Amino acid sequence: MRSVGIIGTGAFLPEKVLTNKDLEKMVNTSDEWIVSRTGIRERRIASDDQACSDLATEAGRRALESAGITADQLDLIIVATVTPDTMFPATACLVQERLQAEKAATFDLSAACSGFIYGIATASQFIATGIYRYVLVIGAECLSKIINWQDRNTCVLFGDGAGAAVLGPVETGGFLSFELGGDGSGGHLLQLPAGGSRLPASQETVEQGLHKLTMAGREVFKFAVRVMQRSAENALEKAGLSKEDIDFLVPHQANIRIIDSSLERLGLSRDKAVINLNRYGNMSSASIPVALDEAVRAGKITAGDTLVLVGFGAGLTWGSAVLKWSGVNGKQ
Amino acid sequence: MEEIFERVKSIIVDRLGVEEGEVTMDASIKDDLGADSLDIMDLVLELETEFKMEISDEQAEKISTVGDVVNFIKSNQ
Repeated sequence: MRSVGIIGTGAFLPEKVLTNKDLEKMVNTSDEWIVSRTGIRERRIASDDQACSDLATEAGRRALESAGITADQLDLIIVATVTPDTMFPATACLVQERLQAEKAATFDLSAACSGFIYGIATASQFIATGIYRYVLVIGAECLSKIINWQDRNTCVLFGDGAGAAVLGPVETGGFLSFELGGDGSGGHLLQLPAGGSRLPASQETVEQGLHKLTMAGREVFKFAVRVMQRSAENALEKAGLSKEDIDFLVPHQANIRIIDSSLERLGLSRDKAVINLNRYGNMSSASIPVALDEAVRAGKITAGDTLVLVGFGAGLTWGSAVLKWSGVNGKQ
Repeated sequence: MEEIFERVKSIIVDRLGVEEGEVTMDASIKDDLGADSLDIMDLVLELETEFKMEISDEQAEKISTVGDVVNFIKSNQ
């Protein structure tokens, strides 16, 4: 089995910024309330004519540049998303066509906010076994399109964006462990009820608002804090490392209070965490790769650093990855 | 009872950053100790771990004072 690592990263955020002040005009909320409960100050919103694949393609293009490879070298494209352009074809197919990655296999992966971790864990297997050489993993979401903008409990939390990583064989460093998990008994806690084969789209489902995201916030909060600690610890143990070895934790960016509570339980200080939710909110599968890309481009994460990526979300699902950063090949 | 109170007090002091003297049986967790809804979730998590029990959302909603917490734990242990 050969060593696999991330050899390039990219991100793309839509231009439009929606601030807490803007939200004050839309629902009964306040900047102070949102900041103290979530840590979020603003988020990006896709325009009416922007869909998931538009954001994903641009993030993917930037990751290819950063990796110093061309699209025709890609063997596989995985798009992790809960907001695909269409139920089918897969958004990965649309990205493949736009990038002209003609050789690449394509599929979407549904693991919500844990999607990017599930994606890199999957991609990594193909490369480790020698079946594929280069895989593009993209976490991309247009959550603004499935949010109930009248629900002040959820509409303040989410944003749109895309982050991507190119995975390939590495000489030094790379992934040391993965830990994935799921618990379907909590499926109802965070979901998009209609539009699938259980409740196909009808006039009733539209009228009842069933095509919008629903969340039992408090239950999800408790789950998130617990699982973030457990999953990160499990992944570290599999890698034969302890929390003292962590240079940076790149957590899913759902809520600063979840991150703080988990950091405390893990015994890590705030400066060990890469945080961007103040600017982007929760972008589901895009949160971790965007945070990773920004920290790498800012020179915060450098070759040799030990990273723990940890995600959790609808499903319920969770996942962690431990990797030693190998540095990127191409230009940033 | 006294022992449960001391353990609850120590968790509240730790999670909410309040003085020990402020944590009395009659103190309201929201109004007197300044907890918001997420602080309460955090507190519930700690209490569940400390006392090895489940506290549902419904049950958590009925808790208002420190005394309510102590009585809840006592009758559910």
